[in-house]
Amino acid sequence: MILVVVEHGNGRIGKSARELVTAARSCGVEGPVAALVLGSDVAAIATEAATLVGQVLVADRPELATYDAELWAAAVAQIAREGEVALVLIAASRSGREYSPRVAVKLEAPLIEGAACLTFEGGVVRGERYSFLSRVTETVESNAAVVVATVLPGAFAPAEALGAPGEQFDVDLELPERRLIVTGAQPANAGRLPLGEAEIVVAGGRGTGSAEGFERIVVGLADKLGAAVGATRAVVDAGWRPYAEQVGQTGVTVQPRLYLAIGISGAVQHLSGMNKSQTIVAINKDADAPIFTVADYGIVGDCDAIVEALKSAIG
Amino acid sequence: MRILAIVAQVPGAEERLKVAEGGVDLGASKLVLDTMDEYGVEEALRLREAGAGGDTAVEVIVLGVGPSRVEAALRNALALGADRAVLVDSGAIDLARDVVATSKVIAEVAKRERADLVLCGAQQADSDSQALGAAVAERLGWAQATWVTALTCEGRTLAGRHDVDDGQQDFRLPLPAVVTAQQGLNEPRYPTLPNIMKARKKELRMEVLAGFDVAPQVRLVKQELQHRERLHRLIPGSDAKAAADELLRALREDAKVLA
Repeated sequence: MILVVVEHGNGRIGKSARELVTAARSCGVEGPVAALVLGSDVAAIATEAATLVGQVLVADRPELATYDAELWAAAVAQIAREGEVALVLIAASRSGREYSPRVAVKLEAPLIEGAACLTFEGGVVRGERYSFLSRVTETVESNAAVVVATVLPGAFAPAEALGAPGEQFDVDLELPERRLIVTGAQPANAGRLPLGEAEIVVAGGRGTGSAEGFERIVVGLADKLGAAVGATRAVVDAGWRPYAEQVGQTGVTVQPRLYLAIGISGAVQHLSGMNKSQTIVAINKDADAPIFTVADYGIVGDCDAIVEALKSAIG
Repeated sequence: MRILAIVAQVPGAEERLKVAEGGVDLGASKLVLDTMDEYGVEEALRLREAGAGGDTAVEVIVLGVGPSRVEAALRNALALGADRAVLVDSGAIDLARDVVATSKVIAEVAKRERADLVLCGAQQADSDSQALGAAVAERLGWAQATWVTALTCEGRTLAGRHDVDDGQQDFRLPLPAVVTAQQGLNEPRYPTLPNIMKARKKELRMEVLAGFDVAPQVRLVKQELQHRERLHRLIPGSDAKAAADELLRALREDAKVLA
């Protein structure tokens, strides 16, 4: 059996869950696909997940109302063990990448992190992933009896519903106590699109001049396009934008349909977080900026004037 | 209190990578102490200097697991101020692709050294793995906090801030624990000449992997430098309006990525 762990929020299953189901189906010659829903008050989530897979395992408990790495790892490992799961698929979100190693250790299973491509044939799981700050594509494989893999957002197309809904089962879990106690939260992008899920990202660098310039140029264009806002490390370090918007090695990795880089020079650490985008546009006054080496469309010129013209043209 | 900081040696971010015979060849690359691990080492030193948890005799041990060349990164960490170092020489065994196996070695050393806190980088710049801290925490049965940007220690309790899926959280966490470090946590110091001299005399204990009973379960099939064809179409920017119109046209009609 292949087990998919369903991410959800705001009463809906996440895009990542549908992508994992596609990944699981493509590996599915090795067995049926089951989805695991963890949370509190998740009946609607489970029903939505049941449109995608034959079996949905539901752990609906108040202790699971909010994510915790140790709780999630304990739950997933227990289900994987009891269900004789051969492949556990987890979204390569920040949380997924943080609890999946604990699942792997509990199962003494190898972990394939951030798979962009995944196959499962003849008992061998083979994954393609990025390394060396996303400058290298590597293929790794394992013939272990159980393998845990995290799958990059956007690597697989979101799955469509099956004809008949799958069965739902409530599962019993032994959960540990929480040790990490949350004492405060600073939600990112309140009211804005999550960076990782956005189809279009408008990102800005120091070339936007100031916090006010960034707001006017980058956020203004993002609003026009219904896009998420991204920023470089330099911009975040300068305090112009919150960490949560940082794209790159220390921030979020994005793979949108369209990435607009405005006033971004293109340090390796930034490129590693966006160089898989489908189409990249770079607008920068410095014609030698490394960002142009990964751009499909480049405009050398004044960011402010060009973006203002873009905003007017979009209407 | 004892803090174990994990150190990896990776190619510098601006290094040109070379691939030979299906794998990355680091033979000609300049290798450095992983930046993310450096934040971890720096934090360990700051906790020692602050007398973390009311302890004025905090010891900072740095640990590297990998080929013998990792010694250079450990010497660097000693020059920054770590008290002593341990290198587990992996010899001919490539542990780089199997963090679950690597975590076994680190957890074992943490136990032997009776560490209270393990610090490591949130992501390693060679494997791009983000799993090491959590895997070590699970091996030890410890709590964890990943992608930490602020940290203090009062008694046996850590407090700090870290990145999560939808922003940042403030947290409290009991020791023993594993914490993964990243940019924003601190500004790492530079080694001073006296410290570089002193570092040569500090203890660097060598161990071999054979004693740890690990067998990697992940095999590297091949590595390739990424090469994605880009259009590299330059649109003249002197006339802002014409440039904007042409870009929108191209995105809508040629690339078909805009409605």
